[in-house]
Amino acid sequence: MGATVNSNDEHALLDGGPGPLGATYGKMMMWFFIVSDALTFSGFLAAYGFSRFKYIENWPLADEVFTHFPFLHGVSAPMYYVALMTFILIFSSVTMVLAVDAGHQLKKSKVAFYMFLTIIGGGIFLGSQAWEWKNFIKGEYGAVETVGGSILQFVDKDGKRVALHEFAKVLPGEREQLTRDKGFWFTEESSLPTYTVAEVIEGFKAHPDVLIRTEQIVKKEKVTLTREESLKRIEGTKYVVEGASLIRNEYGHKLFADFFFFITGFHGFHVFSGVVINIIIFFNVILGTYEKRKNYEMVEKVGLYWHFVDLVWVFVFTFFYLV
Amino acid sequence: MAHAHKLEILRGLIKFKSNTQKIWGVLILLTIVTSVEVVLGIMKPEALIGHFLGMKILNWIFIILTLVKAYYITWDFMHMRDETKALRRIVVWTAVFLICYLVFILLQEGGYVDTVYKSGFIKRDF
Repeated sequence: MGATVNSNDEHALLDGGPGPLGATYGKMMMWFFIVSDALTFSGFLAAYGFSRFKYIENWPLADEVFTHFPFLHGVSAPMYYVALMTFILIFSSVTMVLAVDAGHQLKKSKVAFYMFLTIIGGGIFLGSQAWEWKNFIKGEYGAVETVGGSILQFVDKDGKRVALHEFAKVLPGEREQLTRDKGFWFTEESSLPTYTVAEVIEGFKAHPDVLIRTEQIVKKEKVTLTREESLKRIEGTKYVVEGASLIRNEYGHKLFADFFFFITGFHGFHVFSGVVINIIIFFNVILGTYEKRKNYEMVEKVGLYWHFVDLVWVFVFTFFYLV
Repeated sequence: MAHAHKLEILRGLIKFKSNTQKIWGVLILLTIVTSVEVVLGIMKPEALIGHFLGMKILNWIFIILTLVKAYYITWDFMHMRDETKALRRIVVWTAVFLICYLVFILLQEGGYVDTVYKSGFIKRDF
C-alpha cells in the first residue's frame, strides 16, 4: 500500500497530498522514469540483437572473450567473473531492500547501516566493471584485420589460440607514431600496435604450425583454415589489431566492442549515479532528515532506482554473456 | 507507518514470517537461479543444443530464467507485490508490450538481412 501519508504530514502536503493508485506522486514518478529507462535499455539490447542476427555466422563467442578472473593468470574461466558481479549487485539490492524495510520501522541507525553496505556493494561492482573493461581493452592474443574488414585470429594445430608475440618476427626499421607536434597540428594517430603488418606476415610464414582462424562459425566453432589457405589469406592483411577500441577489436566484428562499451558503459553509468544518489540519501539519513519527517519514503524511492539497475544487469548478463 | 506486506512467494507455496525473512528467501531463490544459469552456460549440455520454435532450447531456458529473476526483483525487492493492481498493470504491461514490439521488429529485420547476405547477391552493404 505504498507509503501511507498522514494528513498532518506537511511535507506530503507540499508534494500534492496522497497520490493516485495508493502511491505518492514521488513514487509514481520514479515508476514512470523506470519504465522509460527500461525502454532505453531494451532499445540498446534489441539493437545488439539486431546486429547479432544480422551477422549471426560471424559474431564473436562471448565465452572466448570474457575468460579472465582476478589472480588466476592464464586460466580460462569463462562466465565466473560476470556471475560474481551479478551476485554482488543482487546482494547490494538485498541490503537496499533491508534499508527500506528498516525505514518502514523508523529505525534510523539500521537504515544508515544498510545504506552504507549498499554503497559499498555498488562501489565493488563499479570496480569489477572497470577491471573487466581493462582486460577487454587490453586484449590477450591480438589479431589482424584484412582489407575486407574481417578479423583473422591465429591458432596452432590443436586449435589453441596463439598470441602475436609468439610468432611475429621483429624486422629492422622503425615507424614513429604521428603526433600533433610532428606533422600538421591537426593530424595525429592512436598508439601503434606492437608489431607492423610486415612483421606479422613474415613471422607467420616462418612458423608452419600457425594457422588462421576466421570469424565464421560452423557448428558452434570458428572455422580454422588449412596452412595453404592461411598463407593466401594473410596476404590481405591491412591492420594489426591488439585489444579493443570503438573502431576495431581483436575479438571479431567491430560492432561487438561498440555494443560492449555502450551497453555495459551505460549500465555502469547508471550504477555510478545510483551510488552517488545513495550517498546523498545516506547522509540525509545520518543527519536525521527523514527521522524528522517520520517518513523514510525517500529511501524507498532511491531503492526503486537501485533495484532497477540490478534488474537491467540481469538482462545484460543473459543477452551479452549467456545467450 | 503501518505496512501490510504480502509474505508468500511461489503462489503461497512458501510463506515467510516477516518481511526481512522474505527478503533473504528471495535472495536464496535468485542465487539458485543464477547458479543454474552459470552452470548451464559453462557446461552447455549437448541435450539442450537442439532447436525449439526457432531457438536453441538452452537459450529458451536462459531467457525464461531471466524473466523469473526479473519477476522476483520487481515483485519483492521493488515491492510490486504490495502495490495496487492498477499501478502494477500500468507499469508492467506498458513495458512488456513496447519491449516485445521493439524486439520483434529488430530481430525479424536482423534475420532478414542475414538471409539477404546469405542467399542474395549482396555480400556486405553497410
